[in-house]
Amino acid sequence: MATVTLKPTKVPELMLEGYSIIPDAFAGKTPAQIAALPAHEGKIHVTLGDFFEVSGSAGDTAADTDIVIDGDCTRVKYIGSKMTAGTVTVNGNADMYVGGWMKGGKIHVKGNVHSFCGIAMEGGEILIDGKAENHVGCAYRGDWRGMKGGTIRIRGSAGNDIGTFMLGGTIIIENDAFIHVSTHAEGGTVVIKGDVEGRVGGQMVKGDIYVLGKIKFMMPGFKKVDQIEKEIDGVKATFDHYIGDLGERHPKSKGKEIYANLYLKAA
Amino acid sequence: MASGELIVKGGFIIDPTRKIDGDVGDIAIKDGKIVEKVSSSAKVIDAKGKIVMAGGVDVHSHVAGPKVNAGRLFRPEDKLFKSPMGQKGYRMESGFSIPSVFKTGYDYARMGYSFVMEAAMPPLLAPHTHEEIHDTPIIDEGALPVFGNNWFVLEYIKNNEIENTAAYIAWLLKTTKGYGVKIVNPGGTAAWAWGLNCLSLNDQVPYFEITPGEIIKGLMEANEYLGLPHSIHVHQNNLGNPGNYPDTIESLKLAEGVKAKNKFGREQVLHSTHLQFHSYGGDGWGTFCSKAKEVMDYVNKQKNITIDLGCVTLDETTTMTADGPFEHHLHGLNHLKWTNVDVEMETAAGIVPYIYSKDVLPNAIQWATGLELALFAKDMNRTFITTDHPNAGPFTRYPRVIKWLMSKNAREATLATMKNTDKVINATYIHGIDRELTLYEIAQMTRSGPAKCLGLSNIYGGLSPGLDGSVAVFDLNYKNMPKDPEKIESAFLRAACFIKSGEVVVKDGEVTGHGHKKTVWVNVKMPENPQVTRDVSEAFNKGTYTVNISNYPVREYLAPHPFVIDVDVEA
Repeated sequence: MATVTLKPTKVPELMLEGYSIIPDAFAGKTPAQIAALPAHEGKIHVTLGDFFEVSGSAGDTAADTDIVIDGDCTRVKYIGSKMTAGTVTVNGNADMYVGGWMKGGKIHVKGNVHSFCGIAMEGGEILIDGKAENHVGCAYRGDWRGMKGGTIRIRGSAGNDIGTFMLGGTIIIENDAFIHVSTHAEGGTVVIKGDVEGRVGGQMVKGDIYVLGKIKFMMPGFKKVDQIEKEIDGVKATFDHYIGDLGERHPKSKGKEIYANLYLKAA
Repeated sequence: MASGELIVKGGFIIDPTRKIDGDVGDIAIKDGKIVEKVSSSAKVIDAKGKIVMAGGVDVHSHVAGPKVNAGRLFRPEDKLFKSPMGQKGYRMESGFSIPSVFKTGYDYARMGYSFVMEAAMPPLLAPHTHEEIHDTPIIDEGALPVFGNNWFVLEYIKNNEIENTAAYIAWLLKTTKGYGVKIVNPGGTAAWAWGLNCLSLNDQVPYFEITPGEIIKGLMEANEYLGLPHSIHVHQNNLGNPGNYPDTIESLKLAEGVKAKNKFGREQVLHSTHLQFHSYGGDGWGTFCSKAKEVMDYVNKQKNITIDLGCVTLDETTTMTADGPFEHHLHGLNHLKWTNVDVEMETAAGIVPYIYSKDVLPNAIQWATGLELALFAKDMNRTFITTDHPNAGPFTRYPRVIKWLMSKNAREATLATMKNTDKVINATYIHGIDRELTLYEIAQMTRSGPAKCLGLSNIYGGLSPGLDGSVAVFDLNYKNMPKDPEKIESAFLRAACFIKSGEVVVKDGEVTGHGHKKTVWVNVKMPENPQVTRDVSEAFNKGTYTVNISNYPVREYLAPHPFVIDVDVEA
C-alpha cells in the first residue's frame, strides 16, 4: 500500500468540486501529476495543486492507494465519490457528496460531513466520526434507484431523508435522526440508535428499519404485529415489530404480500 | 439567412426529389438558398468521398412545450452525469431523453437536421411552447396543436358541422401559430376527464356521444376543406396494448376514398404516427407479438396515408403524451413516478419514465416491430424514421435506427445479445428479413418523404435550386460503405459539415454557429364564421376557460422569426 497525503494550503472562496480526490484517479500517478488533476471552483477550472500540497506516492492501482487529507475540507465536495477501491481518510470535516456513487473501498472522515454522504452508493464502507447533515445514503433527486449496497456508519446524528429509495446495504446512525427515514425504500437496512422525530418508513415497500430510541410521531401506515427478541449491531433487545407502509403497493411472494419491517425497541 | 456564396464540392449527392443517387457533383448556395451556380469566389466545402444530402426533416418529435418541460423538471436524474460542462460561447447542454432546448437544437444540427415538428401543442399553453421553440437554436420548427379532444371540435363534429370545425381550426392555428391538426387518442383523452378511455373506434365518448371514428373522419374532412399543407396527424386509440393492430387498420381505413386537396404537393390525407406502438398482436403480454407485416400490407396498398415508425431504441427514456389514460396505465405496469395534467377544454397529458430493456421480452418485441415496419415498407417516401422522441427513445438515436435498418448484421448482433433471443425471433419477423435499406431510401425517409408529407417540399427535403440552402455532409463513402455498421451510426450522429440556410453551423461534428432559426406556422385566410366567433367568445366570457381571451393567443414577440405559410380558402 502507498499513501498520498494532501495538505490543504488554501480555503476555496467558492466550494471546491473535488471529484478527482479518489484512489482511482490517483493510482499510478506522481505527486506532480496528482497536483495537476482537474477540479472546479464554481465554473472555474482549477487543479488540486491550487488548493493542496501533494506528497507521498500512489500505488499502481486504486486498491493499493490510500489517500490522507491532513486538514479541514469543510468546503470540498465529492471526496471519494465514485471510488471503486483503496481508502480515503479525512482528518477533519468534509462537505457534500462524500462517497457518493461509491462502488468499493473505505472512507473515514474524522470530523463532520455535510449532506448527500453515500448518495446512491453501491458498495464499500463509509465511516463518519462526527455528524452528518441531510440525505445520508439517499437516491439522487428524482431517481428511484437509491443506495444498493455497502455500509454507512455515522457516529453522531443525522438530519432528514436517510436511505430514501434504498434498495440494499446498511446505514447505521449511532445518535439521533430527524425526519424521513427509508422513504420509498425497497430493500436495505437502516439502524437508528438514538431518537427519531418522525415519518419513519413513509411509502416504504420492502426493507428493515431498527430504532433503538423513540419515534416521536409514528406513521399511521405501520401496524404492530408482534414483539420479538433481536440482535442488531451488537445490541440485543426486545422490539415491537411493525409492518408497513400499508398505504403502499407491496410485491407478493408465494401468494403472500411482503411488507417492510420496522423494529422499535420496546419501552 | 446568410448572404454570401458557398459551394459543397465533389460529394456523392443523394437527392430523392430529383432521383439522384450517389452522383458526384457540387451543390451551390447563395443568400441562404440553393442555386444553379455561384461565382469562383464562393467559399468551398470539400465533400470529396462523402455523401451529401438535404437537411433532415423530422415529422414528429416532442421537443418543446409544457409537457416536455414538466418532464425536464420531473426527471433531474436524466441530467445526472449526462450534462457536459459549459463551453464558452455556447449555451448549457443538459439531459439525455429530455434534453434542454439548447441541447435539442445543437444535437439536431449535429445530425444534419434543418426542420423539426413539435408533435403536440396544447393550445392553451401555446405561448410556452413558442417560447421554448424560440430558445431552441439553429433548427426551424413548427408545432401541431391538438384537436382530437377539443370540446369545440367534439360539439361541431357531433352536429356534423364540418364548415364550423374548419373555421375553428383556422382560428386556432392563427391564434396559437400552429402548423396543422394533431389528433391524440381521439375521444379517449376527453373521456379521461371522467376517468375513462376510448380503446376502439366505436367507443362512445362520455357526454359528447360521438365516437373516435367520427372524430378522425370529421377532422380529416375539415382538414381537406381547408387544404392545409399537412394532413391530419393521428396518434390512434388503444396505443401500446397487445392485440391493438385491428384497431389500427380500422382507423387507417377511414382514409379510404378520401382525396388530398391542397396546393402544397401533399398526397396523403392521414398521417399515422409512431405506428410501432399500434402494430401488436396477442391477447396479453404472454402472447404479445409483432403484427408489423399485417399493418404494412395495408399501408403499402393504401396510397393516401403516410406513417412514421416510432422505433424503440432500447434506452432509458421518458414517455410523455397527451394520451393521459395511457400514461396512467403505464404507471400501473412499471410503478415509476407519474404525473398527469388536465388542460381545461382541450386535452390532457401524462409523463412516466420508462426503461426499454433488451432483456425484457415485450420491449425486445417492440424494438423489432419498429424496424420491421420500415423493412416491410414498399414506398419509403411514405415511411419516416422517428422514435416518437422521447417516447420510444431519444431522437439522438436516429443514427442507430438507421444503422439497424441498413445492416442485417447490426440487427442480428443486437438480437444475439438479448436474454430471450429465441422467444423474440418467434414473436417477430425481424430474423427472417434480409432487406438492408440503401442511403437513397434513408434520404427518402428522413428528407424528401417527411418534407412532402408536411407540405414543405418547396422549402425542405431536396437539393433543387430554389430550396432552402440546408445541406448535410456525412463521412460515408457511397462507393465504399464501411463494413462495420457502427461507422454508419457515428457518421449520421455527427455530420462532417452542416449548412443551415446558407450558414455553416456544424463542422466535424461540432457546432460552430447558432444559425437563424425560423418558426413555421400556417395562416388560413377565410371569411369570418360568425357562429364560431360567437362560440369562442362565449366560452371565454362565461368563464369556461381560466384565462381571458386576450391572454390566449401567442403574441408576435413569442415567435419573433416567423415563416408564415398562407392558405387561402374561398368562400
